[in-house]
Amino acid sequence: MSRSLRAARGGAARITPLVHLFALPALVVYGVFVLYPIATTLLNSFFEFRGMHRGAWIGLANFETLFTKPPLNGRVLNAVSHNLIMFAASMLTLVLAFVIAALLHQLTVGREFFKAAFFLPRLLSLIVVGFLWQLILSPQSGALNALLDAVGLSALSHAWLATPASALGSVIAVGAWHSIGFAILVFLASMQAIPSTIYEAARLDGASATRILVSITLPLTRSAWMILTVLGFIGAFETFDLVYAMQGAAGPPYYGTDTLGLLFYRLAFGGEGGTAAVGLGSALALSMLVVMAAVSLLTLRLFRPGRS
Amino acid sequence: MVTTRERRRVRVTRLFGYAALIAFTLVQLAPAALMLLNSLKSDLDVLSNPIGLPAEWLFSNYAEIWQRANFGRYLLNSVVVTGSSVIVLILIASMMAFYLARFDFVWNRALLLVFLLGLMVPLRLAVIPIFSLMRDLHLLDSLAGLVLIQVAERLAFAVFVLYGFALSVPREIEEAALVDGAGWRNVFLQMFLPLMRPALGTVAIVTAVSIWNEFFFPLVLIRSEEMRTLPLGLATVMAEFRTEWSLLFAGLTIAVLPVIVLFVAMARQFIDGMTEGTR
Repeated sequence: MSRSLRAARGGAARITPLVHLFALPALVVYGVFVLYPIATTLLNSFFEFRGMHRGAWIGLANFETLFTKPPLNGRVLNAVSHNLIMFAASMLTLVLAFVIAALLHQLTVGREFFKAAFFLPRLLSLIVVGFLWQLILSPQSGALNALLDAVGLSALSHAWLATPASALGSVIAVGAWHSIGFAILVFLASMQAIPSTIYEAARLDGASATRILVSITLPLTRSAWMILTVLGFIGAFETFDLVYAMQGAAGPPYYGTDTLGLLFYRLAFGGEGGTAAVGLGSALALSMLVVMAAVSLLTLRLFRPGRS
Repeated sequence: MVTTRERRRVRVTRLFGYAALIAFTLVQLAPAALMLLNSLKSDLDVLSNPIGLPAEWLFSNYAEIWQRANFGRYLLNSVVVTGSSVIVLILIASMMAFYLARFDFVWNRALLLVFLLGLMVPLRLAVIPIFSLMRDLHLLDSLAGLVLIQVAERLAFAVFVLYGFALSVPREIEEAALVDGAGWRNVFLQMFLPLMRPALGTVAIVTAVSIWNEFFFPLVLIRSEEMRTLPLGLATVMAEFRTEWSLLFAGLTIAVLPVIVLFVAMARQFIDGMTEGTR
């Protein structure tokens, strides 16, 4: 209790048991719909399941089935590799976002317009984005193929989402289109926080634009890089909506766009994994939770929580 | 001293810079423009000419998709779910933030840590127990169940943003009121909440957009047609009208229009709000 509050205690506003009512609704909702389901998921991953019925404690057997027994281990590995590729691609996207943000930082005229235009896709539901691009990338009379034909690149046009070689790349590109605006704005905000005197000094010393970008802007936007890297990681590991909308729950062609999120969904609700699926799904969820929590904790060491 | 040559060089670089930004703007906006244009064409026009202007502007597509699909219902459900979720969330999260920031109980630190957990783990991974829980509570296939789970999903985020802001708001004004004999409830409603307005706005915008766009929990928890929210309803429409492209584009446009209109009206608040947590 702060000193002044303690002084106020003599007045009418004593701390009565009733003040706990302020915490009650949030704690009930959080306890029932967050803590309880998460704890149950942790627990379920160590039990045998027949449909929704929980059977005997089987230790790590679910994890064993998931990670060592075909066909599931292949599916997991395949899905993880796609999640990791998505993460790598999101890092490349960050580089592009950084360059665009630097441009935007230099050019002041029309900045608010550009900011809004770049950010717009981020507001759209990933489901809408997925469906929209599915139409754009469609082999017959999709807009992209039509555009390629129009500029004489018909050789490139093909069934983007049905060809194994291009399906994953297409989904990733659409994801980047959706999220890059956010990264640009975070970088820009970070650049605007750099005192302009630093830039003036560098310019007086005759530093080139590239040199300034690499030696001043890059290191001074480190915190933006870190937070965007973590968000990129979590985003890549959570990927579900976009692939579901563009490709469906099985991540076609031939699991070529499958992700952990889709695999988890199929285990939980889509009939994959047979009658033991609930235990297997929980085991997968637990593994994903641990990885994501570890990554988040790592960031929390770098950033203090709760500031705004 | 800046010479003319240097000035010219600066001008050329600037020109290239703007060219790059405008090209990128086209990439970011073209798909949405395409969606809008194609929603006004006939099916045949979409198929033969997907990137041009409509041969004939068919605003009737909107009337048709609105009548043939259940869009009015989806829209209503989305508005109800998003509206009530945001109100409930703001209310209980700000009460929690008030409790954490204004009282100094020994367990407050522990509570913060518990909420931290919710910031780190995506709730959808716990969907199996959530499904059973909703079934047992008879909340499956109901908008109320959807509201509860979407509030729970964003509670940790809201509490942290509001708590952080509350710490930066001085306690003194509230304490003066307490000395004057005001109760905690009045202090919360009449002093704390008004002082918290900027943070409340941020939380409202960020969570409203994400709840409006939420797909996973509706997908899992909603069965019946009349309970579907827009993103879920859209999935039905996409399957049902597979061959009628102009109607699909019209449906997609209807789904994004409310968000885009709001964004155009208050772009700055959206941008500041949604990038806030990262600074």
